[in-house]
Amino acid sequence: MKLWLEKQRYLIDFTLESLARRKARNLGLLGVYTVLVFVLASVALYTHALRQEAANVLAASPEVILQRLVAGRHDLIPPGYIEKVGRIRGVQKKEGRLWGYYYDAVVKANYTFMVPNDGSVAKGEIVVGPALERSRGLAAGNGISFRSYSGKLHTFIVASVLPQASEIVSADLLLMHEDDFRAFFDYPAGHYTDIALTVANPQEVRNVATKLAAALPDSRPILRDEVLRTYASIFDWREGIVLALLSAAILAFGILAWEKASGLSAEEKREIGILKAIGWETGDIIKMKFWEGLLISLTAFLAGFVAAYVHVFYAGAGLFEPVLKGWAVLYPEFRLTPHVDGLQVATLFFFTVFPYAAAVLVPIWKAAITDPDAVMRG
Amino acid sequence: MIFQPAIIALLLSSAICVLALAASAPFALEVIRRWDIASGSERQLKLERRTYLFSTLLAFVLVAQLASVLLFVFNAEKMSGMFVGAMCAVGTLNVNPWGFPALNAKIALFFLAAMWLAINHVDSRARDYPLVRIKYGLLLALAPLLAGSAWLEAQFFLNLKADVITSCCGSLFSEGSKTIAAEATALPPLPAMFLFYGAMGLAIAAASYQWAFGKGGYFTAAGAALGFAAGISGILSFVSLYIYEHPHHHCPFCVLKPEYDYQGYALYVPLFVATAAGLAVGAIRPFAGVASLKSIVPEFSRRLAAVASIGFLLATAVATAMILRSNLVLLEH
Repeated sequence: MKLWLEKQRYLIDFTLESLARRKARNLGLLGVYTVLVFVLASVALYTHALRQEAANVLAASPEVILQRLVAGRHDLIPPGYIEKVGRIRGVQKKEGRLWGYYYDAVVKANYTFMVPNDGSVAKGEIVVGPALERSRGLAAGNGISFRSYSGKLHTFIVASVLPQASEIVSADLLLMHEDDFRAFFDYPAGHYTDIALTVANPQEVRNVATKLAAALPDSRPILRDEVLRTYASIFDWREGIVLALLSAAILAFGILAWEKASGLSAEEKREIGILKAIGWETGDIIKMKFWEGLLISLTAFLAGFVAAYVHVFYAGAGLFEPVLKGWAVLYPEFRLTPHVDGLQVATLFFFTVFPYAAAVLVPIWKAAITDPDAVMRG
Repeated sequence: MIFQPAIIALLLSSAICVLALAASAPFALEVIRRWDIASGSERQLKLERRTYLFSTLLAFVLVAQLASVLLFVFNAEKMSGMFVGAMCAVGTLNVNPWGFPALNAKIALFFLAAMWLAINHVDSRARDYPLVRIKYGLLLALAPLLAGSAWLEAQFFLNLKADVITSCCGSLFSEGSKTIAAEATALPPLPAMFLFYGAMGLAIAAASYQWAFGKGGYFTAAGAALGFAAGISGILSFVSLYIYEHPHHHCPFCVLKPEYDYQGYALYVPLFVATAAGLAVGAIRPFAGVASLKSIVPEFSRRLAAVASIGFLLATAVATAMILRSNLVLLEH
């Protein structure tokens, strides 16, 4: 065992020396390889962080949201509807929610108007999200007017701005008092937008939804788990599509690696010839070349991955943001939480090291079977 | 579902492996028909040179297979969030009927690959390549298995439908159902423990004997197979219970979850490595009599047996530590 380790150590030593003798060529390959890993790792890290972010955001949302449908379209919850839900075992809390969208012609963007259930906003006042603060130049204490859908002008005082930390959910949010909300939208009294139900036991959620659908055939229960699953598949799908598009790059890289490995310089050929003449076997040369590939792969992988990490979590992933994140006028500015996932690293390894190894196999063998006398004579 | 990155990676690696094996099949046939070590002809020289390429290629394919077993399970585990009813890898594998066959095929291929690699190793160390025909014959037998496994895997991934309500580990590994897994599950803890420690002891003893005295190759292999079966059924019947600290949760996949600190890997990795090494001892045993392998086979067998012995010991120790650390009381003192 010790002998074996020693042997590998000498092989690695020799390989490093031999790599250093042809710096320009190997650095070129290393550079391209690193860029490939960087691109793929950026995509993977970014989508995973987004997925994680979605999961974090939804962790605090109610387990079930009940909407009423009329002719297949979302409709208001009429008075008495919440009582009709009745007592369902496992439901801790049920409450009507009031929210809606408002199109602001000034910034050409939609806001989400919402009434907090704890009544924390006083009448005539509003609390705004950070993106709204930026786009309309608002600060606490300012007044702002919105023209409602009925044409009347409503003026509110900004009580406060929501903290930056919550931006991913609150960018376009505007919180107001219930009476203001009803007056602004001419919302019929006693009606609600939808109903939020809190279920304590996650295993009961499905049963609760079944019971709801049975009790209220005109309703549509939306489960948090399903929303989460949808988000996860959307991000996975986007990542997969980008990776599939990038597979052309992987293929190109494979061809480059093949080219590089098979285009042995005369000097390199002579080196192999001399090694064989002094007693190296074909197997030893293959081992040396294997170490060479492994060293290049691992260096490129590490460098590319670290660069991608910095790119995604410290530089905002400028290169892939438009494809992966989605788009909106009032898009939240947020910092992703750094998160590295084992499966991702493993997948990435498969995507980069595996094609490289497959591409250089035949050229390595071709180099290794070179006859010593043929090379040294030529 | 096909656009999951890990699925693309797995399918890609399977495709490359199948292609590589398919490309080497004609060569394998040629070797079997034309190989003649005594000849100095051009053709023989060419064949000898090519064996280097194909040995390397196959080592590469088989190592990729080993890596893909891990990735496959890891991926199934991660994807369980996407299917209604799935709580761990079992749910994902149960989404369609291809899941478990695909996993089993991969595991079987893993062990066969390890055995082939062992034969390849001893053969390439001998001066006259005595096993070259057998080796490539076995390779031809392995190729359809690899293709079959890749096909099962592709079927599994192509038929993953998110709207299927799958069953979780709780229903599959419960005491009432009628499968082998359920039979192992239903074993009461005390006999199951005797069986587990007995079989593990036998496996360790056989491997250690081979390690110390260089004898009993077939016993080592049989012990390894027994140890593997005992390890899996032990995990099913009682080790899992201690890990989850729950008297009825028998799932062998949940132990791989982050909630349980990935403890399962500490259990499965030594078990699989030890089994592969033990089976490999049996695979090279028939060739101990070949003249040029007289010293190579025993020496390599001892090294493999050492790996098997330590691996089984480690797996047993890890399982025991998990039991001792647990707060669950299954056996009254």
